[in-house]
Amino acid sequence: MPFLQNLSNALVLASTYVLMAAGLTMVYGVLKVLHIAHAAVYTIGAFIGLLVFSWLGNFWLALLVAMIGSGIVGVIIYRTTYYYMLDAPRIVPLITSIGLFVMLTDLLQKGFLMGPYQNAFPAGGAGMPRIRTSFISITPKQMLVLVVTIVLMTLVYLLLTRTRIGLGWQAASMDRDMAAAVGVNLNRVVALNFFLGSALAGAGGVLVGVYNNSVFATMGDLVSYKAFIIIVLGGMGSLPGVIVASVLLAIVENFMVAWVGYVLPRDAIAFLVLILMLMFRPHGLLGKE
Amino acid sequence: MFNGYVITVAVFVGIWVSLALSLNILVGYAGQISLGHAAFFGIGAYTSAVMTVRYGQTFWVGLLAAIIITGIVGAILGLPSLRVRHDFLVLATMGINFVVVAVFKYVDFFGGAMGIVNLPAPSLFGVSFRGGALYMTLVWLYAGFVLLISWYLSKTWAGLALNTVRIDEDAAAAVGVSVPRFKIYAFAISAALAGGAGCFYAHFIGSVFPDTFAFVESIAILSMVIIGGVGTLRGPIFGAILLKSAPEFLRFAQDYRFTIYGALLVLMMLFQPSGLLGDDSWLWTLGKRIFRRPAASMQAEEAS
Repeated sequence: MPFLQNLSNALVLASTYVLMAAGLTMVYGVLKVLHIAHAAVYTIGAFIGLLVFSWLGNFWLALLVAMIGSGIVGVIIYRTTYYYMLDAPRIVPLITSIGLFVMLTDLLQKGFLMGPYQNAFPAGGAGMPRIRTSFISITPKQMLVLVVTIVLMTLVYLLLTRTRIGLGWQAASMDRDMAAAVGVNLNRVVALNFFLGSALAGAGGVLVGVYNNSVFATMGDLVSYKAFIIIVLGGMGSLPGVIVASVLLAIVENFMVAWVGYVLPRDAIAFLVLILMLMFRPHGLLGKE
Repeated sequence: MFNGYVITVAVFVGIWVSLALSLNILVGYAGQISLGHAAFFGIGAYTSAVMTVRYGQTFWVGLLAAIIITGIVGAILGLPSLRVRHDFLVLATMGINFVVVAVFKYVDFFGGAMGIVNLPAPSLFGVSFRGGALYMTLVWLYAGFVLLISWYLSKTWAGLALNTVRIDEDAAAAVGVSVPRFKIYAFAISAALAGGAGCFYAHFIGSVFPDTFAFVESIAILSMVIIGGVGTLRGPIFGAILLKSAPEFLRFAQDYRFTIYGALLVLMMLFQPSGLLGDDSWLWTLGKRIFRRPAASMQAEEAS
């Protein structure tokens, strides 16, 4: 039954979107900064994962190191730039993030880092089972993407709702100044925010690298444009919104191609949706007015 | 001294000075950050290419069509700015850039990925302008025209209205400035002037391809405006000359073009948000202190 198969393919696609967009929306929620350079963090994560994997041959260790590494990169980006701009006009951090994005993606393509080539990431399914019944088949790689995403998002959810610093994060995303006034350590909350968001993006990079068996310098570009669309659809700053919007976008993309065929490239259609969305429902599908 | 190489560089610098000045009307005057300026550049180039190659018109008709049609498209594509601000507008303009390039690439009328080739060179009274010093003069005349419009706009009531829209939209509306109207004006004028620059680019190269007008070019143009000094006239001119000609002198700068653009943008925002030659930038205050005429400074002291 092609419908179920399309649906499961869409869910795998959605998982990769969720990991990327979650970090973006978390940063926006607390800092109100559109962190465009997040795409570069995703690529750096994939790159670190590939390095560790080709060195030690263990996928799970590679995933862990990639998450910690990209988390640290995210915190460094915050402490060297946005940290000094919290009270500046919004155009200042916005242009900074554009500059960071351009600089990092261009640097990554240079020979001494990744070069302009595609690098294979032959981790296979990392020991995940294959599911094959009469109406649906899920490959080990798809299984891997789904399981890791669900585990990570559950952990993040528990961290943000069940721990002290998570409560601080919630308070800061409602009102930064008020949270600071009642004793939330803003520096720690924002640093944690960047660490978590960037680590998720790094995990996303590793998973997509394994799934497509390819890691390359510009792999973040397309996903990041999709992530922008998703955080707008989901209502900027909302984590549940990101999950709903990721699934929606992935389903629409998959079924468009399956049922309607090829009119414009998928990405152009996604951007058309974004522009229409911004014009008619700028606060997102789930966002409040 | 005017050999082919110098002329080519001068033509490019002139075109990008026009582009930076036109984007400055939108970003510097009206405060609407756009990451889609290359789309208007491209629409101008393609309009003129279609007019001259498909319909056999002259360069001058193509130029006029490029300016008018890009202006109209700019007014339409400026509509999202009525609903969204700041980050959201950046996303919308970025999206516009992607969609426009995709249309050039996938619609056969625009030649697809092969683009449109064999654009004619302009000629006037039987004199051809191809590739020579005459074409360079023409490009710089156009840059002067864009400068004149920018200067004139800053002196008019409309310029004042755009200023209020930039500083505080709600306050602008409260004192009777029609915010939507002036936003659309800014988009239309900025796009029209960029369209003209696109026409000059297309006829100089002799062909147009979709990828020339991709999103990265929008970033490059925005970098010129921001690094030079947003909102001033000298800033974008200086930024365009600096960023467009530096790679010609420094081989290294060509290879690492976007790394340098990005790093400059970040450093600018950290240490000098008004740009190298902005109103309260370090360089500009220093220059004013050195070059201020003694009489003027005495008058200033008397006044204070």
